[in-house]
Amino acid sequence: MNDQDHDWTIEAKTSLLDLKFNEVWAYRDLLWLLVRRDFVSFYKQTILGPLWFFIQPLFTTIIFTFIFGNLAGISTDGLPKPLFYMAGITAWNYFADCLNKTSSVFKDNAGIFSKVYFPRLIMPLSIVVSNLVRFGVQMLLFLTLVAYYYFSGANFHPSWAILLFPMIVVLMALLGLGAGMIISALTTKYRDLAFLIGFGVQLLMYATTVIYPLSTALEKYPKYSWIIEYNPMTPVIETFRYGFLGEGSFSWGSLGYATTVTALLLVFGIVIFNKVERNFVDTV
Amino acid sequence: MSVAIKVENLSKAYQLGQIGTGTISRDLERWYARIRGKEDPFLRIGESNDQHSKSESNVVWSLKDINFEIQQGDAVGIIGRNGAGKSTLLKILSKVTAPTTGRITGKGRIASLLEVGTGFHPELSGKENIFLNGAILGMRKKEIQRKLDEIVDFAGIERYLDTPVKRYSSGMYVRLAFAVAAHLESEILIVDEVLAVGDAEFQKKCLGKMGDVSKSEGRTVLFVSHNMESIISLCSSCILLNNGEIIIQDKVDKVVSKYISNSDGNIINIEHLNLNAYVSLKQFEINKNVFESFDDLMFNLEIDSININPMSGLSLLIYNSYEKRVAIIDLRSELLEKSSKEKNFLKLNGYIKNINLIPGSYTIGLFINSDLCSGDFLNILKFQISEKFIDSKIIPYPIEVRGTVSFAHNLNII
Repeated sequence: MNDQDHDWTIEAKTSLLDLKFNEVWAYRDLLWLLVRRDFVSFYKQTILGPLWFFIQPLFTTIIFTFIFGNLAGISTDGLPKPLFYMAGITAWNYFADCLNKTSSVFKDNAGIFSKVYFPRLIMPLSIVVSNLVRFGVQMLLFLTLVAYYYFSGANFHPSWAILLFPMIVVLMALLGLGAGMIISALTTKYRDLAFLIGFGVQLLMYATTVIYPLSTALEKYPKYSWIIEYNPMTPVIETFRYGFLGEGSFSWGSLGYATTVTALLLVFGIVIFNKVERNFVDTV
Repeated sequence: MSVAIKVENLSKAYQLGQIGTGTISRDLERWYARIRGKEDPFLRIGESNDQHSKSESNVVWSLKDINFEIQQGDAVGIIGRNGAGKSTLLKILSKVTAPTTGRITGKGRIASLLEVGTGFHPELSGKENIFLNGAILGMRKKEIQRKLDEIVDFAGIERYLDTPVKRYSSGMYVRLAFAVAAHLESEILIVDEVLAVGDAEFQKKCLGKMGDVSKSEGRTVLFVSHNMESIISLCSSCILLNNGEIIIQDKVDKVVSKYISNSDGNIINIEHLNLNAYVSLKQFEINKNVFESFDDLMFNLEIDSININPMSGLSLLIYNSYEKRVAIIDLRSELLEKSSKEKNFLKLNGYIKNINLIPGSYTIGLFINSDLCSGDFLNILKFQISEKFIDSKIIPYPIEVRGTVSFAHNLNII
């Protein structure tokens, strides 16, 4: 057989940059079917069904309002408290869900992965898209709350930055995806990371401006607030709030920084994911 | 005829030992070797089958330098004992895992069926699962849509199409899963022993379908099975693997008869049999081919483990030719347990006194219960018990009526 006579090759080593995007494209139907599966199986045999999508952010908002807003008295930039928290929670949840689910993708799908080949990248992508559905539903809840406060005369004004919303969503998705893929690749070898990630994500939330505005952090802890500022999720959430509620520290610089970090993590994530994917079956 | 699959110098190494601990330092060592342009210190290709001889590299070659070609339209069987490397070969061909060295080139889309119903979701309906499973196997939605009626018809589940598959009987489940895979339009079909499930009638149907696939549709089929009957009825040629190497690739009847002749005669000595990736029998030997009732059966047994392997159970299992267990020789002892905690190999010898089985052929297997390896490993050795010649006019009863054991007895007529 000469080299032109075959149309596929399986080799021991492949180029690091052979990312198989054409294969992913060929399997795009699978992506949608997996998303559908996640959505349908999520609420089958539950009584409240898709309502569960609402319940979690709603209750978290109520509890945050009580604890951080009323008991601890943390500033909310003058915004109505529930609105402030729900903005943070909705955006953070999407990122955190993407990150958590993606980071355990090899472990969760070891059964399928060890029996059949398809471009593995499809799995994390489907997670991000599935969570997008959930995020969409939670956005509806958030928008309802926005509308309620708006018409009952609360003092806030959505700004032009609301137009950046699609970009914000893409940033959150890709940031979760990129970081998640890096972690997933590492957890196949070093299982300890799997334990770390669970509470790591929780801790990270406190280093992101979910329950407090960036302005307060800068003002109270000028020395340490760089941790928060260098967290790429901070500009994302700040922009989200600035867009919908008109308060928040928005700057093109910080948004550009978040975009750069996201792009780097994503590229690195895909490369390392593709490398690990070839042999992970032997180690899991 | 053109070549559908060409395998060149294919090898696959598995790393043994406790994967997941100490790998950071090993990874660093590897990386350091690579930047100095040296070869990987943990992979030495020169060492063959070093699961048997203790070596510091903890690497086992599950496939070793395999070369073969498969012509387009051929149905090729792959046979071999457990641990011969069949599944590894299929996994590499289906791209589930990558080879360590070597390459495979081929022509045409591969569909592999290492398991039926991969990715089936119990909550989804039959129809939804057809689409999902089809897509996992690499079909486009349009393609599945086009074949939907055919698939449903083949599986015979029209009435349950909208029922979640968790309500299916296991037979229906398997039928549906196989139906999806069988209707995949691929040039190459790889099938692991999935036919072991499902009822006899359906197995026949599957075999028929696979036969059609290779004979009339001109697709290439690779089929792993322990069932020689289905291998012979389905395949035109066959590959026999042993310990990761190809013993023979030839016409199916030749290969199968070689495989059977290997496993059918009396086997009184085995060297280097992998029980799993961590534990192997270095030697297992009995003293004779043919015993008479009341002879003593001597045995030698050497078990090698990759690490210290505390052993809480070890027995010889003796089976008769009807595959009925006739005895367990329990080898447990405090000493054995202690010794297994100190060394990573065990060397035993002993004997069974007065083996009082009726004439016939018997197999000896092992039962092992240890940290690294547990389970029954049957049919390792094979021996005969022959009729004891008695100088008497009395002709022995036929074997079928003589039960399992013969007792030494004494008789006085008063």
